[in-house]
Amino acid sequence: MIPAGAIDCDIHPAVPSVRDLLPHLEPYWREHVLRRGLERDNFETSAYPPAAPINARPDWKPPAGPPGGSLPAMQAHLLDPVRPAFAICNVIHGAQMIFSEDLSLALCRGINNWLAAEWLDRDDRLRASIVVPPHSPELAAEEIERLAGDRRFVQVLLLAMAEIPLGRRLMWPLYRAAERHGLPIGIHAGSTYRHPLSAGGWGSTYLEDYVSFAQGHAAALNSLLAEGVFQKFPDLRVVLIESGVTWLPASMWRFNKTWRGVRAEIPWLNRLPADIVRERVRLTAQPFDAPPDAASLTTILEQLGSESMLLFATDYPHWHYEGEAALPAGLPPDLVRKITLDNPLATYPRLQQETAR
Amino acid sequence: MNVALRDPRIDRPAQTHLGFIDCDVHPFFRTPADFDPFLSQRWREHRQSIGNRSRQGLARTSLYPRMSPGNGMRGDSWPKAGGPPGSDLGLMREQLLDLFDVRYGLLAPLVGGAAAERNVEFGAAMAVAVNEWQCAAFCDPEPRLKASVQITLEHEASALAEIERRAGDARFAQVNIPPRGLEPLGRHRYRRILAACAANGFPISLHLGGTSGHASTGGGWPSFYHEEHPSYVQSMQTLVTSLVCEGVLDEIPDLKVVMVEGGFAWLPALAWRLDKHWKRLKAEVPGLKRAPSEIIREHFWVTTQPMEEPERPEDMLRTIEWIGPERVMFSTDYPHWDQDDPRYAFKVPLPDDWARLVYRENAQALYRLD
Repeated sequence: MIPAGAIDCDIHPAVPSVRDLLPHLEPYWREHVLRRGLERDNFETSAYPPAAPINARPDWKPPAGPPGGSLPAMQAHLLDPVRPAFAICNVIHGAQMIFSEDLSLALCRGINNWLAAEWLDRDDRLRASIVVPPHSPELAAEEIERLAGDRRFVQVLLLAMAEIPLGRRLMWPLYRAAERHGLPIGIHAGSTYRHPLSAGGWGSTYLEDYVSFAQGHAAALNSLLAEGVFQKFPDLRVVLIESGVTWLPASMWRFNKTWRGVRAEIPWLNRLPADIVRERVRLTAQPFDAPPDAASLTTILEQLGSESMLLFATDYPHWHYEGEAALPAGLPPDLVRKITLDNPLATYPRLQQETAR
Repeated sequence: MNVALRDPRIDRPAQTHLGFIDCDVHPFFRTPADFDPFLSQRWREHRQSIGNRSRQGLARTSLYPRMSPGNGMRGDSWPKAGGPPGSDLGLMREQLLDLFDVRYGLLAPLVGGAAAERNVEFGAAMAVAVNEWQCAAFCDPEPRLKASVQITLEHEASALAEIERRAGDARFAQVNIPPRGLEPLGRHRYRRILAACAANGFPISLHLGGTSGHASTGGGWPSFYHEEHPSYVQSMQTLVTSLVCEGVLDEIPDLKVVMVEGGFAWLPALAWRLDKHWKRLKAEVPGLKRAPSEIIREHFWVTTQPMEEPERPEDMLRTIEWIGPERVMFSTDYPHWDQDDPRYAFKVPLPDDWARLVYRENAQALYRLD
């Protein structure tokens, strides 16, 4: 059971088709899209085939269009029955995959404008992450600057796996802009598929891809740590979205161990990586990839070593649970309150200010 | 810095290691010419003129320079007589085999470039040469050392021939396949090779490494060795995921998979994740008929070094319990910089029955050693 007033940190409105973005594009790009016939497509991503069972909970399918494509359906399925105080919209879209930095930015801007007009304006519980071209940090920073004045945008959205590891210095203009405006970086599961999901090559199935998304988070987090992003941007927070949670403790142990052995290579990383992770990194709790028994779950929660790290999420309309069983069974009530309310507020300063008003 | 580097139990070392089986020992050549006696004239000339060609920018060294000379060697392991660490059997005896009364050492040769060679015919020739060299330089003079069969995965006929040639030869314990290949190991193109390993009684040993040409992480090439080293965990996870999801382990029920030097504390969470998402995506993988965690527990072994060190040392016991103490095998990684010392590697004492399994009996059973 989800307490009323919870803050849902990961929901997925879907852009039904590029045609829906046309009113929200600048004139040049509207004509550009029409001349190339791109409005006939919806730039579905390889990371999230919309009809795959895991991405479309059966009772959350709208009467028409892709799962997550209809606000009234989302209200009926989620917002009205669950009554979250806020829900953060994370749009996963092929705009992030387009190699042309200009077209990628144009579509991302269209998506952000569409989000504001078609979703945020129509339901005041909704908040959103800014969608940006991940391989063009300068243009991404421009887009962050453009939207930062709209307080309903509470985060910047990236995928865990893109062209270069997320910590790389080339990415820093993006982080500088996000930090300046108090926007956490939300790193969502998935890939732009510039590389196979590991150095072992391309797998055969979507199941393999989906399972491997957690590895992408491990690598992205290690990159942010190793490159010194947390030192360079002391106010920047990172949210790992849809990463699966239970992979983290063992990864932290490994980060710590490697750091003890070879930290001379990266002298700016001057603290134990796990300590930095606990201070600055948060995880959405859907899916949780929980162990099969309660005792093991307790162990994993202890190993996370912080009650501040987990953020409630339904991952609507993805199918990870039935009914309202969005949190693993057996969590202590105090922790449930932290996950559903306190932690999201502490993570997203823009929600805090609003709650205070 | 508040990091306690000294283990407080250092004066009370574990004694259970005596007579252990070391599942990861690295033999090296004195010079690359050591392989020449085992190459035909054609390939000897090729080795000397063109040499190994893999899929990376640096021809002879790693893209991620290690933090100690010799591509990450332990400082005191350089033989006085010259040559690289691991090339002097006398010193290997002194620092490892005799010092710890090692019962058997499983060799993992990271030399010859057979697996990653783009010219697969040269790769096949080098695989044979490295196999002969392991016996001549190490296993024949020192029967405690067991060789790993090198193959070139991308040259199926030669790989099958080499597996069959070494079958029944007690000097060879397993077949070595690097986890970073062109495609994940579960893909159909490798099935006959895996079946041949199982049919000939060889476990496959996946020792971290391989030069696939693919970026080390799904998000591209990292900058630092600090990232490269843990990214091998991801390559191991891909292998488990691929072998499980492709249904390989039910198709080849005798296949046994050993993951070497990839750590292991990550394995339980991967199994939970596979179980969870398999339930939802079952229809996509009809060949996968049982819970992935069940298959993993049956078919996968892990070696310990470099073992993750939980912040609460006793959590290591939970990790081993989740994996199964009958699936964890001790390894030192001699002579690498991060070699584990059997006396101090575990930061928490293992129960006696687990220690026997981990240090000796699991490897004994898997490799059919006495």
